[in-house]
Amino acid sequence: MLGFFDKLKTGLEKTRHTFTERIEQLITGHGKIDEELLDDLEAILLSADVGVKTTGKLMQNIKAAIKKNEIQTADQLKPFLQDQINSILTGGETDGGKDYPAPFIIMVVGVNGVGKTTTIGKLGHYYRQQGRKVLLAAADTFRAAAIDQLEIWAGRTGAELIKHSEGSDPAAVAFDAVQAAKARKADVLIVDTAGRLHTKSNLMDELKKIRRVIAREIPDAPQETLLVLDATTGQNAVNQARTFGDVVQVSGVVLTKLDGTAKGGVVIAVKEELGVPVRWIGIGEGMDDLRPFDAAEFAGALFADK
Amino acid sequence: MVFEGLADKLQQTFKKLRGRGKLSEADVNEAMREVRMALLEADVNFKVVKDFISRIKERAVGQEVMESLTPGQYVVKIVNDELTNLMGGTQSRITISSKPPTVVMLVGLQGAGKTTTAGKLAHYLKKQNKRPLLVAADIYRPAAIKQLEVLGEQLEIPVFSLGDRENPVTIAQKAIQRALAYANDIVIIDTAGRLHINEELMQELKSVKQAVKPHEILLVVDSMTGQDAVTVAENFNQQLGLDGVILTKLDGDARGGAALSIKAVTGCPIKFAGMGEKLDALEPFHPDRMASRILGMGDVLSLIEKA
Ligand SMILES: Nc1nc2c(ncn2[C@@H]2O[C@H](COP(=O)(O)OP(=O)(O)OP(=O)(O)O)[C@@H](O)[C@H]2O)c(=O)[nH]1
Ligand SMILES: Nc1nc2c(ncn2[C@@H]2O[C@H](COP(=O)(O)OP(=O)(O)OP(=O)(O)O)[C@@H](O)[C@H]2O)c(=O)[nH]1
Ligand SMILES: [Mg+2]
Ligand SMILES: [Mg+2]
Repeated sequence: MLGFFDKLKTGLEKTRHTFTERIEQLITGHGKIDEELLDDLEAILLSADVGVKTTGKLMQNIKAAIKKNEIQTADQLKPFLQDQINSILTGGETDGGKDYPAPFIIMVVGVNGVGKTTTIGKLGHYYRQQGRKVLLAAADTFRAAAIDQLEIWAGRTGAELIKHSEGSDPAAVAFDAVQAAKARKADVLIVDTAGRLHTKSNLMDELKKIRRVIAREIPDAPQETLLVLDATTGQNAVNQARTFGDVVQVSGVVLTKLDGTAKGGVVIAVKEELGVPVRWIGIGEGMDDLRPFDAAEFAGALFADK
Repeated sequence: MVFEGLADKLQQTFKKLRGRGKLSEADVNEAMREVRMALLEADVNFKVVKDFISRIKERAVGQEVMESLTPGQYVVKIVNDELTNLMGGTQSRITISSKPPTVVMLVGLQGAGKTTTAGKLAHYLKKQNKRPLLVAADIYRPAAIKQLEVLGEQLEIPVFSLGDRENPVTIAQKAIQRALAYANDIVIIDTAGRLHINEELMQELKSVKQAVKPHEILLVVDSMTGQDAVTVAENFNQQLGLDGVILTKLDGDARGGAALSIKAVTGCPIKFAGMGEKLDALEPFHPDRMASRILGMGDVLSLIEKA
């Protein structure tokens, strides 16, 4: 047993250090395209959480392009793949809500611990920097100290907070927040919700109700429903996106924790299979650690060693 | 739950295998393609998958199949045996020190479930007539201390905190003194979420470890984690020396391949499973159940009967 662990460990060690190096060598060396090189490319995609299905598709495209002589040398492989990924992910970039009449309402949803509340803090900061009046709604009334957490973010960013007490009805918080946003002429209202697994139908119903309450007050609202996905998450993110999408019409994804070593490749499957675009990425715990998503940059980073 | 797929696919493959006495390499390769797919879809690290598959091949190719089994059944049996083996065989528990207090430190990435698990573990141990003390050593995350205090209040378990101005080492040391003074026999330290590549914050954990010598350093891991689980676990293990792992959020539909990956690279046993947000949703971990969950085969043995 131990022998196996040891072997695996050194195996992984080697993988990490030499993958990109090897590819780089092979590619810049104008090497021949061989089975091993294709295997290595496949491994890069799999290790970035792109998933078997999407990886399979991408590899098939490569093989087809090789057959049609569109790819002739090894140094064309990486740009080809990057280009494919880029075109899957392009479309749906954020415009920061410029075209919407105030209040621009953003509802933030996702499974437990992915970074919803922190992202709201960062988004609040982003809009405050643009000189807009921002309201945050503490509609996570369930998790211990979730309201306090959002309150600290409101304080940091100079946003106003709408809250009820712990354990109260989240839809009621959302209702009050929309009223307040109208009355106080807020530009942006961001609604925090409790983390919930997409498999829990009662909790998903609660989310639907929050959305309904908002839509009843302002017909087009929420104009943006952001699903927060943790870049460390594997293939389950596709299930998350599918179910949250069905229940609350997700309009975009925020991919958090990209400052770690995970690459977040599952968003390629999410975009390809479900058409949901990534809008923002999170790259740290501070309020400045939010960036608009850039498909080309992301595709490039998939192949970069960290 | 949506564990469709592998069982059916294997059945199909095995229909073709039926009626041969020995497993040829081609037979095994075909079956292994399906197993590989299933493991990758379950987020088992691709390198772990590769090694796992080649081990199974080694064992299976050229084998005389037992009288009582068809070749297909035999392959399933090998896969299941190896997987259960790799998952650690039997369940393991946390060590209670003969010289109290037993010190447990929870570490892990941001949002994995450390604080909630600290509460759950304290509750679990309190039910076994222990007298736990919870320690708020996350001085960074907004309202982290308050979160633990709220949990402590709900559980009627004391929470030790010095606010967010003292450093975690001091907090942990003073907490032990307080445990000794009040006869708390278990001390559970909640630490801030951190990236395994953040040297400064990893150093902080090492300092806490050095200062209070925890009996159990447990890595809390989200069961939805993908391919990066091995890198994370390996790093935490190398820097801190882990005694075990707690897998959280298993109440969803994630297949939890991270469990297998982590076990394979660190060798650390998985000790508990988080099965919900509520404070009683913590269970001892069962490696065999996890094995069939990852493969998506439900009850593997019943499949063997059908194959
Ligand atoms: N490194 C890193 N950490 C992040 C990022 N975004 C959020 N976090 C951290 O992840 C943890 C969880 O973040 P929260 O914002 O509380 O997550 P949540 O989705 O609101 O969690 P629940 O409300 O409990 O479901 C915190 O420790 C955050 O500081 C990011 O982009 N990078
Ligand atoms: N469904 C489910 N949710 C869980 C489980 N364990 C924890 N959670 C939830 O996951 C989220 C994050 O949990 P925390 O305990 O705050 O995580 P943490 O690791 O302390 O986070 P940081 O301190 O920010 O790094 C919360 O919403 C918890 O309620 C579990 O087993 N199942
Ligand atoms: Mg939150
Ligand atoms: Mg915590």
